[in-house]
Amino acid sequence: MSERRKLTIDANEAVTSVAHRTNEVIAIYPITPASPMGEFADQWSAEGRKNLWGVVPEVMEMQSEGGAAGAVHGALQAGSLTTTFTASQGLLLMVPNLYKIAGELNPFVLHVAARTVATHALSIFGDHSDVMACRQTGFALLAAGSVQEAHDFAAIAQAATLESRVPFLHFFDGFRTSHEIAKVEELTDDDLRNLLSEAAIKAHRERALTPDRPVLRGTAQNPDTFFQAREACNPFYLACPEKVQKAMDLFAGITGRAYRLFDYIGHPEAERVVVLMGSGAEVAHEAVEWLVGRGEKVGLLKVRLYRPWDAAAFLGALPPTVRGIAVLDRTKEPGALGDPLYLDVVTTLAEARIEGRLPFAAEPRVVAGRYGLSSKEFTPAMVKAVLDNLAQEKPRNHFTIGIVDDVTHLSLPYDHELDIEPDDVRRCVFFGLGSDGTVGANKNSIKIIGEETENYAQGYFVYDSKKAGAITISHLRFGPRTIRSSYLIRQANFVACHQTEFLDKYEMAELAAPGGIFLLNSPHSPETVWDSLPREVQEQIIAKGLKLYVIDAYAVAREAGLGVRINTIMQVCFFAISGVLPREEAIAKIKEAIEKTYGKRGKVVIEQNFAAVDAALAHLHEVRVPATATATRHRPPIVSEEAPEIVQRVSAVMLANKGDLLPVSAFPVDGTWPTGTTQWEKRNIALEIPIWDPKVCIQCNQCVFVCPHAALRAKVYEPEQLAAAPASFLSMDYKAGEFKGMKYTLQVAPEDCTGCTLCVNICPAKDRTNPRRKAINMEPQREHRERERENYRFFLDLPEVDRTKVTRLDTKGSQFLQPLFEYSGACAGCGETPYIKLLTQLYGDRLLVANATGCSSIYGANLPTTPYTKNRDGRGPAWSNSLFEDNAEFGFGFRLAVDAHARLAGELLQRLAGAVGDDLVTALLNADQSDEAGLAAQRERVAALKARLATLGDADARRLELVADYLVKKSVWLVGGDGWAYDIGFGGLDHVLAQRRDINILVLDTEVYSNTGGQASKATPLGAAAKFAMAGKEVGKKDLGLLAMSYGHVYVARVAFGSKYNQTVEAIREAESYPGPSLVIAYSHCIAHGYDLQFGVDQQRLAVDSGIWPLYRFDPRRVASGQPPLKLDSGAAKVPVSEYMKNEARFRMVEKQNPQRFRQLMAEAQRDVTRRVAIYEQLSHLTVPSTTPAADAAKGDEPAEQ
Amino acid sequence: MDLRTKYLGLELAHPLMPGGSPMADDLDTVRRLEDAGAAAIVMHSLFEEQLTGEQLATHAALEASTESYGESLSFLPSISDFRLGPEEYLEQIRKIKQLVKVPVIASLNGATLGGWLGYAKMMAEAGADALELNVYQLATDPEESAQALEQRTLAVVRAVTEAVSIPVAVKLSPFYTSTANFARQLVAAGAAGLVLFNRFYQSDIDIEELDVKPQLRLSDSSELLLRLRWIAILSGRVNASFAVTGGVHSAVDVVKAVMSGAHGVQLVSALLRHGPYYLKFILDDLNRWLEEHEIGSLDEIRGNMSLERCPDPRQLERTNYMRVLASWRPAW
Repeated sequence: MSERRKLTIDANEAVTSVAHRTNEVIAIYPITPASPMGEFADQWSAEGRKNLWGVVPEVMEMQSEGGAAGAVHGALQAGSLTTTFTASQGLLLMVPNLYKIAGELNPFVLHVAARTVATHALSIFGDHSDVMACRQTGFALLAAGSVQEAHDFAAIAQAATLESRVPFLHFFDGFRTSHEIAKVEELTDDDLRNLLSEAAIKAHRERALTPDRPVLRGTAQNPDTFFQAREACNPFYLACPEKVQKAMDLFAGITGRAYRLFDYIGHPEAERVVVLMGSGAEVAHEAVEWLVGRGEKVGLLKVRLYRPWDAAAFLGALPPTVRGIAVLDRTKEPGALGDPLYLDVVTTLAEARIEGRLPFAAEPRVVAGRYGLSSKEFTPAMVKAVLDNLAQEKPRNHFTIGIVDDVTHLSLPYDHELDIEPDDVRRCVFFGLGSDGTVGANKNSIKIIGEETENYAQGYFVYDSKKAGAITISHLRFGPRTIRSSYLIRQANFVACHQTEFLDKYEMAELAAPGGIFLLNSPHSPETVWDSLPREVQEQIIAKGLKLYVIDAYAVAREAGLGVRINTIMQVCFFAISGVLPREEAIAKIKEAIEKTYGKRGKVVIEQNFAAVDAALAHLHEVRVPATATATRHRPPIVSEEAPEIVQRVSAVMLANKGDLLPVSAFPVDGTWPTGTTQWEKRNIALEIPIWDPKVCIQCNQCVFVCPHAALRAKVYEPEQLAAAPASFLSMDYKAGEFKGMKYTLQVAPEDCTGCTLCVNICPAKDRTNPRRKAINMEPQREHRERERENYRFFLDLPEVDRTKVTRLDTKGSQFLQPLFEYSGACAGCGETPYIKLLTQLYGDRLLVANATGCSSIYGANLPTTPYTKNRDGRGPAWSNSLFEDNAEFGFGFRLAVDAHARLAGELLQRLAGAVGDDLVTALLNADQSDEAGLAAQRERVAALKARLATLGDADARRLELVADYLVKKSVWLVGGDGWAYDIGFGGLDHVLAQRRDINILVLDTEVYSNTGGQASKATPLGAAAKFAMAGKEVGKKDLGLLAMSYGHVYVARVAFGSKYNQTVEAIREAESYPGPSLVIAYSHCIAHGYDLQFGVDQQRLAVDSGIWPLYRFDPRRVASGQPPLKLDSGAAKVPVSEYMKNEARFRMVEKQNPQRFRQLMAEAQRDVTRRVAIYEQLSHLTVPSTTPAADAAKGDEPAEQ
Repeated sequence: MDLRTKYLGLELAHPLMPGGSPMADDLDTVRRLEDAGAAAIVMHSLFEEQLTGEQLATHAALEASTESYGESLSFLPSISDFRLGPEEYLEQIRKIKQLVKVPVIASLNGATLGGWLGYAKMMAEAGADALELNVYQLATDPEESAQALEQRTLAVVRAVTEAVSIPVAVKLSPFYTSTANFARQLVAAGAAGLVLFNRFYQSDIDIEELDVKPQLRLSDSSELLLRLRWIAILSGRVNASFAVTGGVHSAVDVVKAVMSGAHGVQLVSALLRHGPYYLKFILDDLNRWLEEHEIGSLDEIRGNMSLERCPDPRQLERTNYMRVLASWRPAW
């Protein structure tokens, strides 16, 4: 028997470690927080890792979780050992197949990182709402509460499913367990072999569908037999719990770790017991032990096997002394008598009482509680409150714990100050930026501590809701015993602030325990740093007696050539100050970790990091802390006093990282939020911002176009407006004809810019005396912040351009229109957002957006603040996200409703024609709304109509008032990424295209699942490496545009703004004006392509110039005039595809793995491009008879329904 | 006809070989070069900056935006078998060695001391018969003196020659204040040969876009003259092998190179322009010329036009410059 390794890993890896070794077929699809399991499996198979039987498991990405479940079902039926991983909506998509898999008694384990199901909002975090939606499917449900348990239960589930033939859903809490790093003992191959029954595997194989022993499954049954046949499986469910316990016992014999179906912890004569499952049970374990240590007769029952529910085992596990039971559910079933686990417990007790089997002296009182939705913190203090409640004469029932419910008053109070963590557990919290590498370094640190010392270790990481300039908070614990603290650290021995700006935003010292250490990365010297701190921070440091250390990590990083990556430097400081390991040993281990992590990245990477490690200590200083606070500077307010009430009351609290404190009453009841709130979050994340030089500017507005965050804007305005301008406000005469005599200003939003430099890179205007300088130049934000803030405020107050006067809606003209999408949380340099911004500029005041889940829904609506906003008339995009897979249908529903409103308005108008006036009615119904002037005129007519209606007492007038605004044309857009359009949502997209309705679709094609971290989609190009296509994708990109063209009546365009801005504007305008379905496929450069996004526009140009991304517009309206409907907007390829591919790491990494394969793929990619361009070229000459229905519709013979 | 030559201690059938270029990247081309009679195969340079740049760029791309956002803790697959070092180059050495019988000369380009020098040893271990060390650099730093630059280069040469037992040639640029002296120091530092000269790819200026445009221009025979002159100056006075690279396009050019003192003659532009087989064409022509001139072996004429042996050394020295100037008359 080989020795078991101790690993410091997260549960996703721990589970995959078992699943990959014990299966042959693995069908996957990415979904947070389960994606890493699929990624590990894919990576290990790509590396040739074999399973227990010496075969590399086949890992296959499908088009959706529904697809993965189907593939799994098929593989099981054909006799393979099969698994998959999922969560949340993905699990719900699998449900139909789960019934089938269970109904046919297939041994199978589905591993679920349990995640909240989207309701009033999406949440990527953990609770049991997804797994609880599967309890009726016939799957066994097995709950793990820690990383070690997830590893162990993955194996136990595999053994039990083979023995019982009941399929298992093994789950553990999303993020809290799936992403928690902990020290675990790894099961060896021998352990797994000893656990799994060869006989059961043989039986599974023998049930395989095979023409050599043909049988048939999947019959249709009728009322005469279905019921009985359904009951035939009962013996398997009855036997299942015992088989699980046997597997657990066998496991205990092998490993020494013993589990029961229900594990009791606590006082042997406990009177009060809490019942729960998952990571919360670990917290309760810690709390109960602490309470028992204080003489309280309390206990905890951990539910392991939730389905099939073994009532006898449940009753047998509880001490007979129990008088009160609190059942805690991590899910919410609105309208139910109670949440599921509670109902099961109540029924168990009731049935036992009725049957006289109650093992208790007196029947215990049972109360229900709900906790921890969406990874809400669950702490020992809350467990204590729950147990204290049971001690009441009349304990509260159906309570919630962990929040303040001031509406229905369900919440139990708890002691926020209670902290039971023992002193010998070291607790460290690090505040870093995503880009500075803090989390990566901390993961390394926790591995060093876990694997190089006797300590147990735990790491948990809290991430931002924004993608650019994101804050990360790392929580590290280590100590001599198993760490069960599945909650955030509240009293840390060590707090590190890796960004000096955080001092003004977050209360970090608050987290420090008295006498603890506060490490600050600051550009200030040890002598001056104290004076740089806000007064609140100084006071905390003094009050708590903290030791203060400072280092200028950026200076050290710069010196070592590491740029902004200060991770290794701060890591060295942590080890040096905390004394976890002797300094020399710690440094040696850090260097080992660097070599391990970056070993394949080349010598220079290692040398740079080593240099930083060696230099760090010399720059670390302890700061003398004075006896009293000296600063007069206070922390600035989180949001401006001018912000609306809800922003002050709710958003600001979230922004301060204190959203947990908000009570239920603070929130809208149905998920409705006001738009336009990012404007109040001044993030100040750019180190440098573009500063305008009017002397050089040619007023092309390209910089405004490319700005992903609408943080660079242009306006034309009357010269007299400048009278009140700040002294530093710059302006110049407008140069072109349409606004002759007016002034022009290009203005940066200094506190909203992310510093991506796209604007400066594309600026075509160079200073002739020094061509290195352009019309905009990146300059330090701090130096310009105050001045530009005033300038921007003045700029925003300048009148917006009269939309009816912007006669040329091209690159330049479009950028004078107010963007109604601003300062989003998208990545710096994002290639998607310029398209969305353009959409809001052109149609924002009458735009409805249905947004598929993905990057665009996250930066579009991830709280605390949201970027869609309103114009001065209060109009702006109305936006919603339903799901990932249904967006086309969801947006189609918008269209149907809008059309229905318009039809009703038309009908009512005609009915009221006499009272309203025939002329107005005729004008309203026949208005030309094809341009801004027409729209403005129609708005005026609607205003006149409303005024007239207000004078009418008719009920129809009241009805018409409600729908009158629909007489102004609405623009319905379905927005989403390629994962939606090409894969999971393609069926719906196709169906919507097949209808003749005025729907516009914008596909932000990043050629990869960006939001979940770069998994291949069917839009991924040939030759690109992506997760699930590590060796480089072998099949060419799906030609979505060509598929759509095949309908004939669909407007299709392929655009890349960086190659031809005007073509993008033109395509979006044509799509919008086309009275049928329109599809615009937009090249979106993305961080997942692996290069500095400041060169995104250059890559867009190369994509088009190489033929990788031909630009075209297919407009069925052209058929009527005898023209080919397809117009190619890009010429013949000017450069080989290799010119494009060599700049992106997604292609280069294929070369670096296998140069020969790369050359082959590159040659194939070139052939593929040549072939596709040839097809478009031929199609662009193809005319079709104008008598097609599509052409007739476009001519107006059969007008498409509006 | 005896065309044999000894270059860097290697016995070659004749002096002609492809110079350092992407030609050796493709095994089929390498085979065609050998078929055309190439006496050795010189590989393209493994660039110090290219390696470090590639490593840093890939590292940056892989690290960018990782561990920032909970849903996407990374964006590119984590590949454990990732080759950002010289593996591919070393593999190519091995493959070429298996493919051809002629000596293989690997090439390393860099100008600073650092970890990359270890690659020289790896190249030798991979089977390279000799090494061409390209110390190409543009001295743009006003803070660095000529002496410091030369010392740095010598240190690099010393480090490489000490690390490997195969012969090392140093490929120079023409821009040294005292080339002859520096050449001698290089040989003292361990260089077995000198390759003259590197071609600088001169950038052009785009006067409309106000931009610097890189240019790649193939050489012609006019560029040969600079090489001939310096080989002639060094031949017999610096104890090393010499190779000419840059501007050799015909058998006549080869004859001139040998007469100046060259042991090896490298062809790049000619082969890129006409294909690998052009080497055979020049070789045949060379044979013909020698036959016509009744010259039995190249050794007979090697160095006969060097500074030491040519009839009028002034032609190669400063006086030549004055006479050429004096002979020039304006056309108007």
